[in-house]
Amino acid sequence: MAGSGTAALRERDDIVLSVEHLVVEFPLGRHATVQAVSDVSFDVAAGETLGLVGESGCGKSTTARAIVQAPRPTSGEVRFQGRDLSRLDAEGLRQTRPALQMIFQDPISSLNPRRRIGDIVAEGLSIWGRMDGAIERVDTVLRDVGIDPESARGRRPHEFSGGQCQRICIARALVLDPTLLICDEPVSALDVSVQAQILNLLEDLKASHELTMVFIAHDLAVVKNVSDRVAVMYLGKLCEVGPTDALYAAPAHPYTAALLDAVPEPDPDAGDAGPALEGDLPSPLAPPSGCRFRTRCPRAQDRCAAEEPVLRPVGDDPDHVVACHFPLVPVETAS
Amino acid sequence: MNRLNGSTEAPLLEVTDLRTTFETRHGLLTAVDGVSLRLDRGTTYGIVGESGSGKTVLARSILRLITARSAETTGSIKLQGRELVDLSPRQLRDVWGVQAAMVFQDPMTSLNATMRIGAQITEGLRHHLDLGRTEAEKTMLALLKSVGIPEPERRARAYPHQLSGGMRQRVTIAIALACGPRLLVADEPTTALDVTVQRQILELLARQGRERAMGMILITHDLGVVAGRTDVIAVMYAGRVVERAPTRVLFRQHRHPYTRGLMQSIPRLAQPSHTRLQAIPGRPPDLTALPAGCPFAPRCARATDRCREEQPALTEIEPGHELACFNPLEAA
Repeated sequence: MAGSGTAALRERDDIVLSVEHLVVEFPLGRHATVQAVSDVSFDVAAGETLGLVGESGCGKSTTARAIVQAPRPTSGEVRFQGRDLSRLDAEGLRQTRPALQMIFQDPISSLNPRRRIGDIVAEGLSIWGRMDGAIERVDTVLRDVGIDPESARGRRPHEFSGGQCQRICIARALVLDPTLLICDEPVSALDVSVQAQILNLLEDLKASHELTMVFIAHDLAVVKNVSDRVAVMYLGKLCEVGPTDALYAAPAHPYTAALLDAVPEPDPDAGDAGPALEGDLPSPLAPPSGCRFRTRCPRAQDRCAAEEPVLRPVGDDPDHVVACHFPLVPVETAS
Repeated sequence: MNRLNGSTEAPLLEVTDLRTTFETRHGLLTAVDGVSLRLDRGTTYGIVGESGSGKTVLARSILRLITARSAETTGSIKLQGRELVDLSPRQLRDVWGVQAAMVFQDPMTSLNATMRIGAQITEGLRHHLDLGRTEAEKTMLALLKSVGIPEPERRARAYPHQLSGGMRQRVTIAIALACGPRLLVADEPTTALDVTVQRQILELLARQGRERAMGMILITHDLGVVAGRTDVIAVMYAGRVVERAPTRVLFRQHRHPYTRGLMQSIPRLAQPSHTRLQAIPGRPPDLTALPAGCPFAPRCARATDRCREEQPALTEIEPGHELACFNPLEAA
């Protein structure tokens, strides 16, 4: 894997978010740096949900944070509604915040334990001086996420369960009517019965609030359920990007296939699909040359060590791209 | 699946009416409420439930690992015929590691961060099995190799933080297996791991269970983890077993509304994207304020007045298939 290149970018008029050549480095000690995200490019169209999936350390959360410029990426462009966020000054960036909201994995620690739910949800409105009708607005979004405003407004986060806190976090994100909602592992801390409620809720809100979403998760089945398009990451690079059902039905990248094979199916007769992927993630401090997945890839050959594969279209679908020299399905060879 | 054949052989583990309570500020909390189970040698028992269902407390109670002053465990736990409930902490030391061992969810906190991993394995070997230094060393290297750790000589000198999460979990499994326990209890052993590593660890546990003919208890919230790797599954809710059946029966012919709710609420790879999930309404109950009747009744679409007043007992509806429900689903 390794995919660099911009083949995942589409030519459309309704692109809300476009990330180009994104690089995020973190200092490590005095002289070393680690590259958490290495030249990643993708886009999200209006009303679309892009799922970002990969194992720990693949850079999916770092990508999400780089989109909202917290911290700012080392290089690359993040174009949101036509403006490059990485070039905006602090005030310019602040002006974009209402349109660009985020929810996180741990809903309980995302809420200030000392404040009341009504104040937590209203805070965005008070910061932006939109206090006219604020109470009604807060009540509306609380109702939208399935929390009874009458009883919740005066209570504090510890009086709610994890699932309810995640609903409150979503209400807080929605109160300013955002265009783009970034969800970083929003259901992985929740029980399965509650997880299903939140996933259904996000689907409903996406329709009712006309949201565009970036949905990050490590659980492939969860990502499949909510996403229109999926991007698979490995060690800071994109492996494969494509329409959800096509990508899951016929993964082109050996890593995507291995990830799918590894998901334990809740079916006693399913058995194990394909051989288990061997070995561990290589150190991000010294990523393998060429394709970063080659050290664990059953199809790797000499070329994979020598040359980094570039994202290119799979078959005749320009929206489905893969970065692999020896993909599992035929790709366009003229490049 | 000996229990289905009506085996007369004494079971490896027999738990009867186990109850674990904690004294809390909010009153008495019954974490495990009268659970009985029977595990034969060479079989794997899956325990499935959400947070607060009592699955972890049950596992720890079986091994007598609950030491809080506020806790009380009653009932009977017979491991290879020996009653564990009456044992003193000193006597338990001869059980832990030797007869029964446990693998926990988070390998970082279950390993000693300041000790080389080799020494953490030889410690038990020398103490329990009275092995000499060289012999313990040799056994330790063989163990590391058998759990799939490459270059065991080099890794034995590493500290836990120098290993990946998957490698650390392999080390905790090596420690658990070191003294040849007959019973291995794995509590969410792969929850902290990535899927590709999860699969490696589950395969390792299954292989070790087979080769050593151990009895295993595999505790998880993930039905996918237990589907292909257990003989029997017990579904827990609010400290009780609400349904128990051989694995295939549980997946194909479950009768409890909660079991069905769990099965339907998980997103599946086989479904197309944007499939509406059948969520269970409400949330898991507060164990200090349980409703009078069936604890699942407030979330159950089939609940009647009787469910809200009376607690259904776990009863056998078919050989090997037990259910605690007044209004079960139709048999498939």
